[in-house]
Formats: sequence, C-alpha cells, structure tokens
Amino acid sequence: MTSIDVRAADGGVVLAQSGRLTVVTAPQLRATVTERLAAGDRLIVVDLSTTEFVDSSGLGTLVSCLKAARQAGGDLRIVAPTEQVAMVLRMTNLDRILKPRASVDDALQG
Amino acid sequence: MTMEYSRRDLRLLSHRTRMRRLAAIRIVIVLAAASGLNYVVWRWAASVNWESWWIAVPLVLAETYSLIDSLLFALGAWRIRERGEPPAPPATGYTVDVFITTFNEPVDLVMRTARAALDISYPHTTWILDDGAREEVRAAAATLGIGVITRSADWVDRPRHAKAGNLNNALLATEGEFVLVLDADQVPHPGILDRTLGYFKDPQMALVQTPQWFENVPKSDPLGSQAPLFYGPIQQSKDGWNAAFFCGSNAILRREALMQLGLSRYVTDVERSVHRAIRTSRRLLARAREEAAGDRRVTSALRRAGTIVENARAELAQGDGISDVTYRFQRGIDAIARDYADADLAMMRDNLRELAALSNEADTFAGIDDAALEMLTSRETSPLAAIEAISLLAGALDVDRGDEAQAIMPMATISVTEDMATSMRLHGLGWRSAYHGEVLASGLAPEDLETMIGQRLRWAQGTMQVFFRENPLLQRRLSAGQRLMYFGTMWSYFSGFPALVYVTAPVLCLAFGVIPVTAYSLDFFARFIPFLLLNQLLFWVVAAGRPTWRGAQYSLALFPVWIEAVTSAFKNVFLGRPLGFRVTSKVRLDGGKPRWDLVRPQLIVMASLVVALIVVGIRILVGQAEGIAPYVNIVWVIYDLAVFSIIIRAVLYRGPATIEKETV
Repeated sequence: MTSIDVRAADGGVVLAQSGRLTVVTAPQLRATVTERLAAGDRLIVVDLSTTEFVDSSGLGTLVSCLKAARQAGGDLRIVAPTEQVAMVLRMTNLDRILKPRASVDDALQG
Repeated sequence: MTMEYSRRDLRLLSHRTRMRRLAAIRIVIVLAAASGLNYVVWRWAASVNWESWWIAVPLVLAETYSLIDSLLFALGAWRIRERGEPPAPPATGYTVDVFITTFNEPVDLVMRTARAALDISYPHTTWILDDGAREEVRAAAATLGIGVITRSADWVDRPRHAKAGNLNNALLATEGEFVLVLDADQVPHPGILDRTLGYFKDPQMALVQTPQWFENVPKSDPLGSQAPLFYGPIQQSKDGWNAAFFCGSNAILRREALMQLGLSRYVTDVERSVHRAIRTSRRLLARAREEAAGDRRVTSALRRAGTIVENARAELAQGDGISDVTYRFQRGIDAIARDYADADLAMMRDNLRELAALSNEADTFAGIDDAALEMLTSRETSPLAAIEAISLLAGALDVDRGDEAQAIMPMATISVTEDMATSMRLHGLGWRSAYHGEVLASGLAPEDLETMIGQRLRWAQGTMQVFFRENPLLQRRLSAGQRLMYFGTMWSYFSGFPALVYVTAPVLCLAFGVIPVTAYSLDFFARFIPFLLLNQLLFWVVAAGRPTWRGAQYSLALFPVWIEAVTSAFKNVFLGRPLGFRVTSKVRLDGGKPRWDLVRPQLIVMASLVVALIVVGIRILVGQAEGIAPYVNIVWVIYDLAVFSIIIRAVLYRGPATIEKETV
C-alpha cells in the first residue's frame, strides 16, 4: 500500500513514503510538504526506506518539494533509499544534488 | 509499464523499407553523390574565374553548399524507413492524456478540436491547455465536460516560455503515461491513438510523430502549406537513423521519457550554475572589494562571503551533495545578512532613542518597535542585498532554480520551436522515436501570405536557435547518424545565402558580361548535366510520386525569410536581442489588398532577372555577347523566374473560400 506517514521530530518533520512514489501517488507527497511548510515546519525529511519504486515523476516531485522548502527558507533531505530508488537516483544523476542520508537522525542533524 | 509483445508486434516494430526499393535508392545515391563530388571538385580545382573572384567564389561556395545539402539528403535516404502497419496497442492498460494547446485561437476552433478529441476511440482524458486563461474557453469546455489547464501561480513574473511552458505546466498537472499533443486547429481522427500507441510496446520508444496535413488547402497549394516531402521521405529518412523528430503537434510522447529528460536537465543546469558561480567567485569578489575600497563594512562582508564560497568549493571537491553544499552556503549568507543588519539596527535604535528624547511628543517613535526593525534583518531587506556580487552568488549557488516557474522543465525552452530541441535531447538520453506516416489529424494552414511568412520565419528561427545553442554536431551522446540528421535540417535553413548568389550570378553575367566560371564548355556540361539529372532522379525516386515542385520553389523564393531567420537567431543567441516572434494565426487576416510589400526583395529579384534577359537580347543582337555563357545563363534565369513565379500567385491568393466562390 502506498501511504505517507507524517511524524514530527526534533528540528523538523519526517515524511515516510511507503509503497510507490510515482506520477499517481506523488501529488499526495507534494500536498503534504506544502501543508507542513505552511504549518511552519522548515526541515522536511523524506524517509525512502519503505519506498519500493520511484519513477521520474516521483523524483520530479522530490525536486519541486526541495524548491518549495528552499523558497520557504527551509530544506528537504532524503533518507535511506531502497535499491531500486537508489538506482534511479544514480541513473538520473539526481544523487549529485540530493545526496541521500543514511538515517533520519543524520538528516535531522544538518 | 513494460508490455509483453507478440511475434507479430516484433515484426511490425522492426518493419523497414522493402529491400528492392532501398537498393534502387542506394544505387541512385551512389551515382548522384559521385557525380556531385566530381562536379564540385572540378569547379574548385579548374573552373573558378579568379579575375571576377568577388562573384566567382560566392558562386562556387553556393554550389558547395548545395552539394552538401544533397549529400545530407542522400545520407538520410540511404536508410529510409517506411513503416507499414503499426503494432496494435493493448486494449486497455495505457493511460493517455490528450493536450490541446491554445493561446488566442477562436473558441469555436478550439472546441471543434476538443469535440473530435473526445471521440478518439482509445480510452483517454482530454485537456485544453489554455494559455490565454479565457473565461469563454472554460465555459465552453465545461459544457463538454473537458478539463482546462491554465498556468499555476508559480508562473507569475517568471519567463513563460510560450508553448513549451504551457506543456510543462500541464505535464505537472496530469498523470497519463502517454501524452498526445495537438495544436488547436488539428482535428484528430478517432483512430489516432489506436494507430500509434502500439509503437510504445518498445519500452525505449519515447515519441511517435504523425504528419501534419491541412484540409483548407486547394490542390495547387499556392502557399506551399502541405509538406509532402518533409512529412514523408525526410522524416522517414531520419527515422531510419533513429532521429525522427517531434514537430509540435500530432505526436504522442511517453511521460516517463519527458520527466527523465526534465530531471536530467535540472541536474545539468544546477551543476553548471553552481560550478560557474564557484569558478568565477574569486574574481567577482575581488572586483567588488576593489570597488568598495574604503568601506570597511562592505569589505568585511565580502571577506566573509569569500570564506563561505571557499568552504563550498572544498565541500564540492570532496563530493558533498550540491543540495547540502548550497544549503550551508545560503545559511552562511543569511548569517552575514543578519550581522550586517544588526549593526545598522543598533545604530538606528540609538538614533531613535536620541530623537525621542528631543521630541516633545513622546509617542512619535513608539510605533517603530523592535518587530518592525527585525524585518530588516531578513536577506531581501538587509543592506547586504545591495552588494551585487553577493546577491549574484546567492542566486547562482542554489538548487531551486528560483528564476524559473518549475524546477523540472521537460520541454526544452532554449528555442521558440521547443519540439526539435526536446526530441534531440530525448535521443541524447538513448530514447527512440518513430515516424508513422499516416494522416491521423486534419489541420488548418495559414490562408494568407503574411501569416504564412510569419509561420515559416518562426520555424526557421527556432531551428537556428537550436543550431546556435545546442549544435547537434557537438552532442556527444548522439550517434553520428543522429547528429547528421539533425544537422541536415539546420543546414537546409542556410539556403537563403546561396539563393542570393544563384539569382545574382546570372544577372551579372547577362547584363554586364561578368563570367564566374572559366569554362562553359564541354568540360562544364560533361560534369554539370549528370550531377543535375542524377540529383533530380534521386529526388524523384525518393519522393515516390509525391509533389516536390512547390517545396523546391519556396526553398528558393523565400530566401529573405531564411536570411532573416539566421541573422535574427544569431543576434538573439549571441547578443541577447529579441527575435520579434509572433504566434502563428490560424485565421486569415482580411487585409483586402494584395500585400506586395511583403515580397519586395523577391520582386526586385524578378525585375532584375527580366531586365537581364532584355539586356542580353540586345547584346546578342549587336554581337556583344559571345560564346555559350549567355545561353547557359538564359536557361538559368528562366528557371529562376519559374521558381519565383510562385510568389506572384501567393500574393494574389485569396484563400480557399474565395476561390470556391469565384468558380461558382
């Protein structure tokens, strides 16, 4: 099942995207990020450790969320991608920009 | 989604031109190329009249240009790929969005296309992409239950990128796996998706282009609207090299390919911007320090900015993610901004206190509280914003592409014709394309000369922008064949310059006896005639019955348009000048009178050609013109006049409706 688990953390908010992050499910992530930024959160951590599959639209959504976070004066970080997701990140070279952190704690620390 | 494909699918996907036809074409190609090289080498080596070099050299250059043009055409035709029956699409399973792009076309015209789009038989969702955000369009679409997509708020005050921007905006607002793009006037046939989606069973297929065919054009096609050669052998030739390209409408694209392209461009652009900023930062800051000589605070802010940039440089060098590097950099700049403003604030508070003490009304300055002053410490309002070097760096060392509406721009925005640039980049990423040569939509062509010229100018300008910005010959990720196929299209748009030579040379010869070729003799004919005939034969064999004369006429007769396209695109790309580009109007501008003013250069050319004929007649009568040269040039001038005669017909053309009335 695809769902987003939202939990507040010290210094930011952690969004765990489980299942598939694709053109179909990405709008939900986008909406959640917009909502959290509006609520005042600045550091958005996207936990990809339970994301089984991501397509280019899903990655595109991560980038537009990064843009939104930056423009709100915050940041977006990604954590622990699964093998398929890491491969797509590498293939598109997006890992040169959004370098995944090993753990949520790492990402929260800065 | 990967699809199982049957043996039949595989056969249809790999269908190529019949061997017998291909063999015939290749034999003619070899002969035409050999005769062409033989002629042009002889021209350079033995027949340039150096005494009249000022016309002799341009002429031999023009002929060399034409030879290269014909060699590129031949190279394409060598692998011409005439796809037959398309593979069938899966009955269901693909999701498709149909995009109808419009800006200012009449609502009726848009709705005519929209109704036809609803009738497309394969399951799909229809959208009108109304860049004019018109209320009438929304209302009309609502009655049909069609969605309208207009630009999101992100586009306010940012570059709109015309049609490319319109499509990019819609791509982020929809979710179909495939996208059919239709211009507002292109009425699709119900079978358009059934006949094309099957090609996407090839998981690497990103684009299927079909012809643009116009229903409002009489058989004589006085404005040269139909492009039977382009939407035929030329695209099929490119297809043979996996270089069939996107023409803006009547094409189906794979979303995944477009999004991947958008992502890879995003990464490239951000990396380029960040590295350039880092590279130039030392020089930039040093110059700023020089300019700020004396101002201690500016100098210290610049020094601190320098330290932060050096940190960023070191972090990038050790391979940190650009997002993290730029984030720390931005926070560093924020800190400088804050300190900078703090010092100002402290001073302001002191001054306010003193003013309050001097004032009789104690409340005057109470309104200016700390919260209001605090606002001054943010980056935008801090005095730091005034230090241009720092603002520049802060803008460039970021990952948000703050100057653009969307970080991800799948459709290329480097050109007013986003289509060709986009497909070239898709090919660069390793995707495939197909040209399916069956008419699956009927469009409306311009019905008057002015609109037609505006449209041709725009296409040519767009192509030249791509040539100057992303020269296909330098794209390392394209195969050699792909590079040459894209280059071939661009090369053909330089034809305005040789055309000028082709009309000037015979006039000079006939009227003034200036002879650019030393030997109009057997040597000349023995080389020139085979070249000419074999080239015509190649054209004829490849065209396989399609009309080609109209296209040949316009490629010469519109020479001022081609020249303007090259020069204006050059100025646009290298000097940053605007193109002066207009959206193609789909409706006739009823001006009434024939517009001779639009074709003044062509009229001057025609008058010169006629005068040259008269002058040479007199010269022959009085025995002044000798030898074979005048006769060769007379034939040449008559050919030129036949070519240019289309301009007269085009000016006098009153549109298809008027013609019908006249004949009734």
